[in-house]
Amino acid sequence: MTETLLEIDDLHVAFDTRAGVVQAVRGVSLTVGRGETLGLVGESGSGKSVTAQAMMGLIDVPGRISGGTVRWCGTPLVGEGVRRAPRNIWGREITMIFQNPMTSLNPLMTIGAQLQEAVRLHLGLRGAAARTRAADLLNAVGISGAARRLDQYPHEFSGGMRQRVMIAMAIASEPRLLIADEPTTALDVTIQAQILELLAELQSQLGLSIILITHDLGIVAGLCHRVAVMYAGQIVETGAVDTMFEQPAHPYTQGLIRSTPLLDACDDRLVAIDGTPPGLLIPPAGCAFQPRCPVATAPCGVPQVLTPTGTGAVACCRAGIDAWKVGAA
Amino acid sequence: MIEFILRRLFQGALVVLGVTATVFVVTRLAGDPVALMLPLSATAEQRAAFSAQIGLDQPIWIQFARYAQDVVTLDFGDSLWQRRPAMEVVLERLPNTALLVATGLGGAVLLSIPMGAVAALRPGGLVDRLTTSLSLLGLAMPQFWLGLMAIMVFSVMLKWLPTSGFGTPAHLVLPAITLALTPLARFTMMVRAAMIDELNKQYVQTARAKGLTLRRILRVHTLRNILVPFLSISGWELITALSGYTVVVETVFGWPGLGLTAVQAIQRGDLFLVQAIVFSIAFMIVVIGILMDVISKLIDPRIELN
Ligand SMILES: Nc1ncnc2c1ncn2[C@@H]1O[C@H](COP(=O)(O)OP(=O)(O)OP(=O)(O)O)[C@@H](O)[C@H]1O
Ligand SMILES: [Mg+2]
Repeated sequence: MTETLLEIDDLHVAFDTRAGVVQAVRGVSLTVGRGETLGLVGESGSGKSVTAQAMMGLIDVPGRISGGTVRWCGTPLVGEGVRRAPRNIWGREITMIFQNPMTSLNPLMTIGAQLQEAVRLHLGLRGAAARTRAADLLNAVGISGAARRLDQYPHEFSGGMRQRVMIAMAIASEPRLLIADEPTTALDVTIQAQILELLAELQSQLGLSIILITHDLGIVAGLCHRVAVMYAGQIVETGAVDTMFEQPAHPYTQGLIRSTPLLDACDDRLVAIDGTPPGLLIPPAGCAFQPRCPVATAPCGVPQVLTPTGTGAVACCRAGIDAWKVGAA
Repeated sequence: MIEFILRRLFQGALVVLGVTATVFVVTRLAGDPVALMLPLSATAEQRAAFSAQIGLDQPIWIQFARYAQDVVTLDFGDSLWQRRPAMEVVLERLPNTALLVATGLGGAVLLSIPMGAVAALRPGGLVDRLTTSLSLLGLAMPQFWLGLMAIMVFSVMLKWLPTSGFGTPAHLVLPAITLALTPLARFTMMVRAAMIDELNKQYVQTARAKGLTLRRILRVHTLRNILVPFLSISGWELITALSGYTVVVETVFGWPGLGLTAVQAIQRGDLFLVQAIVFSIAFMIVVIGILMDVISKLIDPRIELN
């Protein structure tokens, strides 16, 4: 097995809201190895972004880390007993890009200024050297005419170009892990493909590890080595991409794959998973997917733990049954 | 840009003309300057002579034509009260008002930014609640009352500062603070609200994800982004100060600026001086408006000037 870079252990994140405590992430454990691309999928509100923010130390009031740890090469970044995370990991070793490139850049600073900020901070370059490096970065992400582009403002860039700038900024410090939170959701399809291609290219050039958060299983299939499926703040299944798409064990994973048109080419019809995820103010004690699960039985009311299977792990006592075929019959 | 400035100057000229025309009408309607200027014992002949001397015996449209000519040549005639060119009086008093406004508003700007920013870091926290309460208090106190209280406490009771007048830095302290308090409160509330807004924006997450310190994010990123709205409210406060606050504050503290002069000129029916003052203030307001637009454009390249 490759060297483990990031290790998340039993992470809990809660938000104190007027209505009560929202338990957005409830016991997530993950690892990311060197050079690996991990897909993190799940429907809206399942806690993907919050997990990513916790990894980056971006959880702020009203949110808090209510349990668990995040470690980087063995060094704890987040969790009990960590008063202040070691410097030079966030922003340098681990960087992040966000869903909406239209709002991710400061509208009143030139692209060059924003890039050079990262270059100065992490590489210690100044003046002309910083500018040259910033131009190189723009070139590296496929933006031509870099010297001129540096003096432009974000509003002079298209969405796809802005996301390229975000990626340039994220690789400025020569990081080892890039967290990409739905990097292409806000872009149209052709641009999406270009951005994903760029990410794959950078990964092989720089030996980068990537955590790719997405709704889109097609993207996962094309880009990721491993995938973790989140549901209601928990990971319900993880495994290698190939095996998971062939033999999804968790009924929710099966439903996700069945509801994705392109991946379902071999089977008779698309299914939609009826119902909505549970509220996270008072999360269910047992399997959170139970109310929507076609093969649920009484034992599903007890807490489900991630149990290793041959190639991954799954948190379901009915794992392995083809739930949606049975359910449809 | 040049075209924009020229167009705005032209529009501004129309505004100034409109204002001066209004003043012309109002000063003619508001009472008889002859009666105000001459002693009660003056004879009818004396009144008629004086009236002819300052041109009030002419038909109103001729008066207006003369007046318009005066405005264009920036010659407003002699002040009836001071017996020298009205514009000279204005230019002599203007620096005093400028000093008072610059000190007061400048102080308010410099204080409100850190105060609002610190309050915005923890909305609902102790500092925030303290700042908000103090600001509301500041907004609730009328300036004439504030000025009188300040004189009572610091001049009469504590004898730390002079009650009124002009000349030493000590004379500037109370009027400047009195002038500054309302704008300070308004600025602070504005900076706080805008900062809270700004800190929740996505680009701040990006900046944090880069590894920048909170201090740098505030200083370099969010401050720049609140500058345009801050500029427009400070321009507005500047205009309010020139056309209103200074009248109250200068009167309370006997500060010999344009505001006090305006009050005195009105009391004395010195219509030429009133006209000169109103013209100058209208002119300054127009120039401030143009400056604010140009500076905003320099800060935010997305702003379209038109
Ligand atoms: N600032 C916040 N205050 C309160 N609740 C929050 C906050 N941020 C996130 N949450 C809650 O955390 C849960 C998980 O949100 P998260 O953004 O991680 O979902 P997601 O999986 O990224 O969804 P999406 O695909 O829509 O981005 C949601 O139920 C949301 O209500
Ligand atoms: Mg999200």
